[in-house]
Amino acid sequence: MRLVAFDEMQPEKSGIRHSYSAYDRWWQQQDPARLSEKMRDAERVFRKTGITFAVYGEEEAAERLIPFDIVPRILSGAEWRRLTQGIEQRVQALNAFLDDIYHRQEILRAGRIPKRLIADNDAFLPEMIGVRPPAGVYTHIIGTDIVRTGENEFFVLEDNARTPSGVSYMLENRETMMQLFPELFQKIRVRPVENYPQLLRQSLAAVRPENLRGTPTIAVLTPGSYNSAYFEHAFLADQMGVELVEGHDLRVVDGHVAMRTTEGYKQIDVLYRRVDDSFLDPLTFRPDSALGVPGIMDVYRAGNITIANAPGTGIADDKAIYSYMPDIIEFYTGRKAILQNIQTFRCSEPDTLKYVQENLKDLVVKEVHGSGGYGMLVGPTATKKERETFSKKLAANPSNYIAQPTLSLSTCPIMTEAGLSPRHVDLRPFVLVSDKIQIVPGGLTRVALKEGSLVVNSSQGGGTKDTWVLDD
Amino acid sequence: MRLKISHRTEYSYDAPLQYALQRLRLVPRGGKTQTVHSWSLKVEGATEEARFVDHFENDTRLVSMADDSTRISIDAWGEVETFDTAGVFGEHRGFAPLWLFEHETDLTTPGEGIRELAHSVGQGSELDRLHQLMHIIGVRVAYTIGATHAGTTAEQALTQGSGVCQDHAHVFAAAARVLGFPARYVSGYLMLNDTVDQAASHAWAEAHVPGLGWVAFDPSNGISPDERYVRMAVGRDYRDAMPVSGIRLGWAEEQLAVAITVEQ
Repeated sequence: MRLVAFDEMQPEKSGIRHSYSAYDRWWQQQDPARLSEKMRDAERVFRKTGITFAVYGEEEAAERLIPFDIVPRILSGAEWRRLTQGIEQRVQALNAFLDDIYHRQEILRAGRIPKRLIADNDAFLPEMIGVRPPAGVYTHIIGTDIVRTGENEFFVLEDNARTPSGVSYMLENRETMMQLFPELFQKIRVRPVENYPQLLRQSLAAVRPENLRGTPTIAVLTPGSYNSAYFEHAFLADQMGVELVEGHDLRVVDGHVAMRTTEGYKQIDVLYRRVDDSFLDPLTFRPDSALGVPGIMDVYRAGNITIANAPGTGIADDKAIYSYMPDIIEFYTGRKAILQNIQTFRCSEPDTLKYVQENLKDLVVKEVHGSGGYGMLVGPTATKKERETFSKKLAANPSNYIAQPTLSLSTCPIMTEAGLSPRHVDLRPFVLVSDKIQIVPGGLTRVALKEGSLVVNSSQGGGTKDTWVLDD
Repeated sequence: MRLKISHRTEYSYDAPLQYALQRLRLVPRGGKTQTVHSWSLKVEGATEEARFVDHFENDTRLVSMADDSTRISIDAWGEVETFDTAGVFGEHRGFAPLWLFEHETDLTTPGEGIRELAHSVGQGSELDRLHQLMHIIGVRVAYTIGATHAGTTAEQALTQGSGVCQDHAHVFAAAARVLGFPARYVSGYLMLNDTVDQAASHAWAEAHVPGLGWVAFDPSNGISPDERYVRMAVGRDYRDAMPVSGIRLGWAEEQLAVAITVEQ
């Protein structure tokens, strides 16, 4: 059986889709040699900006360039509107769920999700019990991973509700495209994404501590330059015009978290932290952490700083919780989920485990807490031996895994030596939550550069594309 | 019973500290077993940075030590009216879910010893079994000052057969959880009848019994707490309910002096 993927530019046995028609007309007029040169220009731009990504498991080249493809991924205005409605609903539900989990736990009392899913979950932080952050927002910055399988078939693959990365690529990709092809942006009305840093700044300012008078001071907390996403931390701080700080720059002073400056300590009101929960406060969590700020949780509970995203939000984007998202959405919004989940098999259930083990060759199996494509098995492309080894791992710790059917992800063309050639893609739109929900029209399109590959993660040989939402 | 309490904690250092934080759980809250008539908390050599009610509803303060200080003194004092409820604290309150108290912690992870202890408890009503557990602990873990330290686990204390009230409370909580009861650690004070000065603050444990709610057990004294007991803080173990916990920068040697009085 051959999976026929939906191509977003030109589906099988049909013409160019409307959203790509203007781009296609332009493409037909281009000289292939000039486009190849543009491809090399793009690489130079990225090298110059220094946008790299550390790849785990590669000893040489600790940092390397994520390949960029010059063919944009294009969504119509109507497609985008439908996606945003679904994402907004989901994000509302995620915040309502977090508020509930750290307060009355009505959803457990109602029996809509099993208690053990929360009780046995390391991402549940007791220190967050009873905390209600400004505007009731726990997860402020979200990257919802979306895959498509047909004209009207969109699915949510993951809700990245703790510290989603990749937004810097969205911005760099757009900037590069505008430099390389300014004429295209005159011909085709593409909605802007460039204002994301300003929106992020406004969004963070809007959730400042409730008792604060005046303009809040915002800072970005990074674990430091050895972190794989350091580039993004520095980039966002720079673009927002706020300080980039590390744990050792901060301490508790006069009832606030403050940063050391040449003029003494300066109070921070909103901290966009890119440090994981367990490293955030050595007085509260891991005592050996040098990346955090001792006492920040005390200042937080006293209401004198906003931490974005809030500690403990990981409980909402765990892959085992994911499988209950349709119920979670219905429970808190009273409506059916607009965007569908991918069918998910919970290996913690004995009958399901058996089914998964028997059907490994058709399934993708993931660790509940895993990310970045690590520790997963892609059944159809794995060898028999790999599947057998994985089956034993599954049996040893079933609740650590979920499985999903292999989806025939949609494709978009990329430019190759031989011209346009389809490759599988996914999409991560970036969502900002404050007193309102904003989604920048676009996002990060990740593309599996290897023909036929379904793994789009940059750590596994994926690349990126600019994502266009048409102003139509 | 109206009890007057004073609790002085003094840390001194042989070299100036660059920076230190102390988290204090030294303010009692009222409830079924006690009414707080007056309470004061005064800190010298440090500044209050934050006050909040923590996830177990303990009144908590964070203080920071000023640059180059070598001494901090923390004085807590006040008057608390206590009631004898036969150890019954009552229904579970607050947002911390009851199941959280079913979980083991680093200090209360059951090993073979704790499991064997739990299973040595005979038949009977829930209260009977918890009383049995309390008495067995009193026999198996001799009250010995200096045999354990703040990081000693329940399993270690039980294995060596000695410890103080903190260890007794940990062993009780760990074993009660093995038996299926949510259990928690309580820090506080105990008025001893024959003396005003107390060597240390006290600790005991509570188990949640269906129909009664939280019921307190003091394995060190073999009784359920009565009107001589004042509750200060609760948590899953000592670390959650520590009266004073902190973090400091610098290499100075620390000297600790504690003086506690409880009187009628």
